[in-house]
Amino acid sequence: MCARADLLFKDFRGEEGDLIPLLQRAQATFGFVGPEAVGAIARFLRITENQIYGVASFYAQFRFTAPARHGIKVCLGTACHVKGGAILLDSLERDLGIAPGGKTPDDQFELDRVACLGCCALAPVLTVDEDVYSSMTVNKLKETLKRYD
Amino acid sequence: MTDFERLKEQSIREWTDLTGGTRAVITLGTASCGRAAGAMAVRRSIEEALAKHGVEARILEVGCIGSCYLEPMVDVTLPGGPRFSYGNVQPAWAERIVASHFLEGKPLASKVVGHFGRDAIEGIPGFFDLPMFAPQVRIVLKNCGFIDPENLHHSIANGGYAGLHKALQKPPGDVISEVEAAGLRGRGGAGFPTGRKWRFCSEAEGEMKYVICNADEGDPGAFMNRSLIEGDPHAVLEGMLIAGYAIGASRGYVYIRAEYPLAIERLKKAMAQMRAEGLLGEGILGSPFSFDIGIKEGAGAFVCGEETALIASIEGRRGMPRTRPPFPVQEGLHGRPTVINNVETLGTLPHILRNGAAWYRGFGTEANPGTKTFSLVGKIRRTGLIEVPLGMPLRKIIFDIGGGTLKPFRAVQTGGPSGGCLSEEFLDTPVGYESLAKAGSIMGSGGLIVMDTDTCVVDIARYFLDFIQKESCGKCTPCRVGTRHMVEILERITGGEGELRDLDKLQLLAQTVKKTSLCGLGQTAPNPVLTTLAYFRSEYLQHIQERYCSAVVCRPLLEYFIIPEKCTGCQRCVAACPTGAITGPRAEVHNLDASKCIKCRSCYEICRFEAIAGNAIQIRSGGGL
Ligand SMILES: Cc1cc2nc3c(=O)[nH]c(=O)nc-3n(C[C@H](O)[C@H](O)[C@H](O)COP(=O)(O)O)c2cc1C
Ligand code: FES
Repeated sequence: MCARADLLFKDFRGEEGDLIPLLQRAQATFGFVGPEAVGAIARFLRITENQIYGVASFYAQFRFTAPARHGIKVCLGTACHVKGGAILLDSLERDLGIAPGGKTPDDQFELDRVACLGCCALAPVLTVDEDVYSSMTVNKLKETLKRYD
Repeated sequence: MTDFERLKEQSIREWTDLTGGTRAVITLGTASCGRAAGAMAVRRSIEEALAKHGVEARILEVGCIGSCYLEPMVDVTLPGGPRFSYGNVQPAWAERIVASHFLEGKPLASKVVGHFGRDAIEGIPGFFDLPMFAPQVRIVLKNCGFIDPENLHHSIANGGYAGLHKALQKPPGDVISEVEAAGLRGRGGAGFPTGRKWRFCSEAEGEMKYVICNADEGDPGAFMNRSLIEGDPHAVLEGMLIAGYAIGASRGYVYIRAEYPLAIERLKKAMAQMRAEGLLGEGILGSPFSFDIGIKEGAGAFVCGEETALIASIEGRRGMPRTRPPFPVQEGLHGRPTVINNVETLGTLPHILRNGAAWYRGFGTEANPGTKTFSLVGKIRRTGLIEVPLGMPLRKIIFDIGGGTLKPFRAVQTGGPSGGCLSEEFLDTPVGYESLAKAGSIMGSGGLIVMDTDTCVVDIARYFLDFIQKESCGKCTPCRVGTRHMVEILERITGGEGELRDLDKLQLLAQTVKKTSLCGLGQTAPNPVLTTLAYFRSEYLQHIQERYCSAVVCRPLLEYFIIPEKCTGCQRCVAACPTGAITGPRAEVHNLDASKCIKCRSCYEICRFEAIAGNAIQIRSGGGL
């Protein structure tokens, strides 16, 4: 962590407004905001870890546990909602046995919802890692997941 | 010759070299919508086809032209010829497009959707004469879909930074007067006059002032701001410079959602190019005006689109709104006078400065001058990003531009979660800040969601309220607790357990939350409920009294069944059903056990789309009651 910790703070001067960008960089670097990162940021900004968790927990973007191998995000933006996004999410919850925000015990998949991916014309939409799947149906979904086994 | 004139000359040379008729150009839409539809795979297959036939053509990646339903779009321009547009292009077509269009000089007429030539071409409509585009007026979106958004010279050759150049010749006060005279109103939702906001800020005491571009775009079904940044980032950045010069600021921030990686990347590239050409930093274009811009990525909270919460977030705190006054123009970022403007507001400014207030007032109406972009989505034939003069009736937008709905029209929601759901009798309402507010909705930032009879308005009200409830920052009680109670009631109703008195409770709660919440989030959250209660009361009554959802959406009120005469006994649904609710031997009518059915839709889809199935599985509501 030490070598990477230096990288974490590169270009930052330790100002108040640096906290969120630092949390974002920690998450981009390690995939999540772990206790070591929080400790290092607290020392760098001279604030308490509690203050950091207080801010970080307010924002949906930050996660405090390591991510699974594949992340599935179901769009529940308005256009996707009216075209059945919730049914896709339900079907995933059932097949994977997890709720949004959770991950499978084997760390293979995690599931989340997002609001509008900007391709409403192709609703309903979901992403697996960086791949976007549009005009999804419950049955296409099952086929799609097999590619990530 | 000034610095700017030299830069402009050089830019025009570069642009003419590309589009002046000497080269073959392939224009490819690669904004988020194009990419999601597969534009990158299309690009690869076109490159292969070009290489195979030894054809030379420049590939130009552009932003979204607005007809998202036609993505991926590929346009072909032969030397000296007009630009032809192909829609819904599949990688497999690349070979034929290259062989026919490039080698034989014959566009594939069956796949071409329009051309951009000046003269009429037999059998092929002009692109801007298409029904989706003919009623539009493109000012902010003018360059989207035409220029390479990652090339500053393309922007300048097409009018970019001419507005800034003009502004810098005038005293800042005159720039503000021009914007006041144009009557531009904030496009982030509230419609506050931009010139007046600037005047307040320029008159506020303080050495250090800020300009913030609000690119948080929180409406969960809208993408106007993202599309503009992805298609023409320089328009927005130029607008920030003009605002900075007008109010006497030297520093700006773009507050943008982290979920918009492509837009963020394009902003960063654009800023690096501006810096290299003297458009950012010290002494811009050789003038005494200095300005710098930083990017702040939002961390996923809807309320951070509200200006005081946004400031808290940039300062590194929890993004909670505070009461106003003091307004940000007096005490904003770090306690200093700050102007916050929406992406589209800023993107409009260069055009106003370049062409003048009188020109801008030539569009729209007296109280609502100019144009507004909308993301037109939902149950509509032609979805996409549009720009229309204010004052255009909703009917024209939905039926002429959008091509109408598949099933009969039921409602349109403007303003996202803060807006209202309007019924058919409001279709002749002209879009404008006051007219939409009078109807019980709001203009908002430009989300337009169209619903047909397959969409349940009670479910939509529940959806928006659930969204708001999850996004409530929790600081004030009416919003935190009130919206939760409202969601509970709506869940009961869509779940078939509502009672008549729930409607009165809902109405009362909605009015209280509207009146007593601290910020705009809570104050507007009840709008979807209040409007649906007013305009679609019968739908609520059907859900409560008859357990009937006419749109066949609310799942607890639905029932799946098999029409025996249609069932071919193909067993596809038997295999698809996750709970074993459907049984039956091959070639015999299947049986669906409603007590095991979880209404997951697998069988319904399969029975409709598989050729050997007979569309025998149906869903109905209220059938057994
Ligand atoms: C809950 C809430 C969310 C908002 N979200 C946005 C947003 O996503 N984008 C935006 O430009 N304005 C948003 N606003 C409006 C801003 O507070 C502010 O009025 C606007 O950015 C000012 O810019 P304008 O005058 O150019 O419209 C929001 C307001 C509220 C109350
Ligand atoms: S609502 Fe899903 S992509 Fe816009």
